[in-house]
Amino acid sequence: MASESASVDTTSDRGPTPDFDKFVPKRSYTQWRKRKDLFMRILIFLSFVVALIPLISVLWTLIANGVGRLDWYFLTHNMNHIKGGMPAQGTDDEYGGIMHAMIGTLEITLGAMAISIPIGLFTAVYLVEYSSGGRLYHAISFFVDIMSGIPSIVAGLFSFSLFSVFAGHGVSTGFVGSVALSVLMIPTVVRSSQEMLKIVPQDLREASYALGVTKSRTITKIVLRTSLSGIVSGVLLAIARVIGETAPLLITAGSNIKTNGNLFSGTMMSLPVYINSEYEKRTVNCRADVANCVSTIPMERAWAAALVLIIIVLVLNLIGRLVAKIFAIDENQK
Amino acid sequence: MGQRIDVKNLNVYYGNFHAVQDVNMVIPANKVTAFIGPSGCGKSTVLRTLNRMHEITPGAYCTGEVLLEGKNLYDKDTDPVEVRRNVGMVFQRANPFPTMSIRENVLAGVTLNNRKISKSDADDLVEWALRGANLWKEVKDRLDNPGIGLSGGQQQRLCIARAVAVHPQVLLMDEPCSALDPISTLAVEDLINELKKDYTIVIVTHNMQQAARCSDYTGFFNLEAIGKPGHLVELDETSTIFQHPKNPKTEEYISGRFG
Repeated sequence: MASESASVDTTSDRGPTPDFDKFVPKRSYTQWRKRKDLFMRILIFLSFVVALIPLISVLWTLIANGVGRLDWYFLTHNMNHIKGGMPAQGTDDEYGGIMHAMIGTLEITLGAMAISIPIGLFTAVYLVEYSSGGRLYHAISFFVDIMSGIPSIVAGLFSFSLFSVFAGHGVSTGFVGSVALSVLMIPTVVRSSQEMLKIVPQDLREASYALGVTKSRTITKIVLRTSLSGIVSGVLLAIARVIGETAPLLITAGSNIKTNGNLFSGTMMSLPVYINSEYEKRTVNCRADVANCVSTIPMERAWAAALVLIIIVLVLNLIGRLVAKIFAIDENQK
Repeated sequence: MGQRIDVKNLNVYYGNFHAVQDVNMVIPANKVTAFIGPSGCGKSTVLRTLNRMHEITPGAYCTGEVLLEGKNLYDKDTDPVEVRRNVGMVFQRANPFPTMSIRENVLAGVTLNNRKISKSDADDLVEWALRGANLWKEVKDRLDNPGIGLSGGQQQRLCIARAVAVHPQVLLMDEPCSALDPISTLAVEDLINELKKDYTIVIVTHNMQQAARCSDYTGFFNLEAIGKPGHLVELDETSTIFQHPKNPKTEEYISGRFG
């Protein structure tokens, strides 16, 4: 066809002929490009260093200030019977501890996980696997976006008033705190799980259907299994986001100087609230004739507790990385 | 034994788009039937209606009848999950499950449906399916390695093994060799020739030599213009289609004088 038309008609219907000489670079830009490359490399490296400075500074300050009061006694005792700057009864240089706050933080966070992981994951599964992009899909996406912008104090007030309506005014337990934190966690879990489910190739779903596997089993055994490692990472990020929340827990879980292991009854101390309350004390007054009294002890306890909080987040992250690695897809032959 | 498929007045739609128009054909049992035709003519779409896989695409539906040994796949009380267990499918891109070993991939059809299988039964099934897919000798010493560690051609044969392990009557193949090198293609084509003893095979291919080499019957699909529905031009014995096609369009397409 092409050769026929070329021999018959050479003038009409040939379209424009670009003059490619005009597009050729006039002179070599190689040196200029190399200098620009070097400049950008240095700029990017410097930005990296600048971004690291606050991180290292925080870690260094925490370790320098926190390690002094961090010992086994500090981790295994609560603040019961601790008065002012005086050491605990029967000891010379131990000034209370954070066991009650650690237990509180772990239980409240576990409670928040128990609420938000199922809700968040099911929502993500609905959005990716069941919804066909209709009104409900857009409504859910919209409200998840709104939810992720809720200030944490509002989440705390929501949970507080929810329980005030249904469980009596001013109820303050660890579980109220869990609900507040789950409000903050759910949008993160939904969004990250949704992204992970989306990147599971459609091929795998089709392969599973073609074997006569039902939709529910395809989702649980293929889609969720394939994206498991990503979902675990997303959930851990969500946990890291809420484990340091102070304001909502101050309202909902309250504070306590004793160890309270019951999530559903009585106020519960958590690490962020503990740090806050110790920080607010700043110093205590010591009489000059008492030898073991330390007037700066509240701040020292706050630093040590902050260090423990960072370590807990770090350990959670390591566990998550390990889990993600175990479930990760290994393309290499073992 | 394979089963025969009768397609009557099949029309397929994607939402408002009429993709395939008035297909009537008979796919005989224990033969290889190839679908050829230009891109967008609906041959893959028709293939996917044979085990109701097109229903996974949102908005896709079809009218007409697809009879498997006389039983309509689109009856109200027919379960698509059952249909797919009876009519297996192999895809263009090899898609072994990335989280599973070679062995687990072959057993996937059984284990994903949560049926219990004893270890010795599982061993037998794995060996039978992998032998059936001409893969046993290559992988028998590394059955616990991940399935996606295999080469492309081996992965495709693993997918065939996975499909036959459910023991279907019909095997649909959607361009199974288009992503493979010539040697792997030959291995899969040899396999197709062996498999037709036990299964009815329908294969979609862009490669006319492949259709000529390994099919008994060939169906030519065409579409009049972009945006118009595709239709079946003719389906006949492969030798007839390639040597004495009844329709001039078929002649044009197979001789490369198309469009």
